[in-house]
Amino acid sequence: MKDRKPLYLMTPALAWLTAFMVIPCLLILALAFFRRGLYGGIEYTFTLENLALVFDPLYAGIFLKSAAIAGLSALIAVIIGYAAAFAIAAAPSRRQPILLFFAVLPFWSNYLVRTYAWIVLLNREGLITGLARWLGYDAEMPRLLYTEGAVVVGLVYNYLPFVILACYAPLSRLNPEIAEASRDLGASSWTTFRRVVLPMTVPGIATGFVFVFVLSIGNFVTPALLGGGQFQMIGNLIYAQFLTANDWPFGAALSMVLIAIMMGLLTLQTFATERASGAKREES
Amino acid sequence: MASLANPRLMLAILAAVFAFLYVPISVLVALSFNDGGLPTAWTGFSTRWYGELLHNRDIMSAAFNTLVVAVVSTVLATILGSLLAIGVEIRRRKGRFLETIIFAPMIIPDIVLAIALLSFFSLLNVTMGLHTVILSHVVFNLAFVCSVVRARLKTFDWSIVEASTDLGASTPVTLVRIVLPVMLPAVIAGALLAFTLSVDEFIIAFFTAGAGRDSITLPMQIFAMIRFGVTPEINALATIVMAVSVIALTLSQRLNRGGLPGQ
Repeated sequence: MKDRKPLYLMTPALAWLTAFMVIPCLLILALAFFRRGLYGGIEYTFTLENLALVFDPLYAGIFLKSAAIAGLSALIAVIIGYAAAFAIAAAPSRRQPILLFFAVLPFWSNYLVRTYAWIVLLNREGLITGLARWLGYDAEMPRLLYTEGAVVVGLVYNYLPFVILACYAPLSRLNPEIAEASRDLGASSWTTFRRVVLPMTVPGIATGFVFVFVLSIGNFVTPALLGGGQFQMIGNLIYAQFLTANDWPFGAALSMVLIAIMMGLLTLQTFATERASGAKREES
Repeated sequence: MASLANPRLMLAILAAVFAFLYVPISVLVALSFNDGGLPTAWTGFSTRWYGELLHNRDIMSAAFNTLVVAVVSTVLATILGSLLAIGVEIRRRKGRFLETIIFAPMIIPDIVLAIALLSFFSLLNVTMGLHTVILSHVVFNLAFVCSVVRARLKTFDWSIVEASTDLGASTPVTLVRIVLPVMLPAVIAGALLAFTLSVDEFIIAFFTAGAGRDSITLPMQIFAMIRFGVTPEINALATIVMAVSVIALTLSQRLNRGGLPGQ
């Protein structure tokens, strides 16, 4: 088969992606620069007002808040995920695949269901309150569900398996002799971990952090269900512009800024990974 | 790693993490079999909540809609994605632009694709319903099928294809008789993955299904029910949905791991 033949194999799929992904996304890009019509429609005159509005303190605040929640979730997920990945990598090698399989298994179940599981645990008549009562805690329980804390727990819970996977990859590839050499030269376990193992596994940490952050900052399901509409994150704001407020150009502008943040982070992460692997090559 | 690790600490970490991962889901599954249905008191094992599901017309119609969307979008995505995978792998030049287009549906945030499609369909005055959900689901499904099939074709010896062509077989015959058998496990694995993704997908369906009650999919129904609180019926439904995706994906992984046939 010549090099030209593959075109007709690829055409149907590429046409589909062009029609239902590339063009719609370009449309969103264009919409951000149009004016909102009087009755929720779109007026086709060029404007930068929508983009400017994104940086209005009110909306910039929501961006910052989303970033804070996403950052906190990513940080916690990376700490727990790294510890778990380290423990898996330290297990006997024949047990590692099965441990990894069960660490990732929850990730395969429905996102809504995994989030709902936390509503079951955290609601006013839920298991945690019940457990506290049973243990003899009689005072008024603080509200658990519909708080920022619940949203962070939900995000960590949902994305933890990915972080474990991302951190396990570099940990399992690490040559154990390097750590042993460090110990032989007199470094303590902690020093060896901090100065040798940790720096060599930064790519996994970066991948895990960026992944959780990117998926969390634009998330709309978890804040809606576990935050209970008590506060808005950027995903909910975009949702509202399209389905309730009917201000599509502003919603498009919000999405554009969100995508820009995500792309920036993903590029940074690729850069970090490439630099780390480049540094390793120079060492050897 | 083992030389640095304190075995007891490692065991404690594993126990804590696995408890964190599995306690919430396990509680949910256990409660779905609780006869009384209350989260606070265990009143005996029962499958009555699963029976109740069968009598809930909203849930049954949503389940049917989801099945339609998942099956149709999986079939389309499997055909398009597999052909795309062959096309990309046969080419010797790898274009960065092409790779980006194929990779994009897998990393683009759901909410962005969802609003993009909503605007697109509205501006074209397309009436939205299950058909627009299917069109949209094929976008990310075909990308996932393509990536699974490509991984398999990476190890494929393309000189066999040249031999087949030299011996006089036409391209379609070569594809069906030489390439297809080799990639079939990956195609099925990709299809299972696509089916699961489609069954579970909520956000894009939510935005592209239109306002009609007859185009509500199962995740949309679950989302609406969850917002009203915890009920034993949702526990049962959630358990089923979870079981379906875990089984399908475990199967998909299994198929994909097996070596090439005849090796």
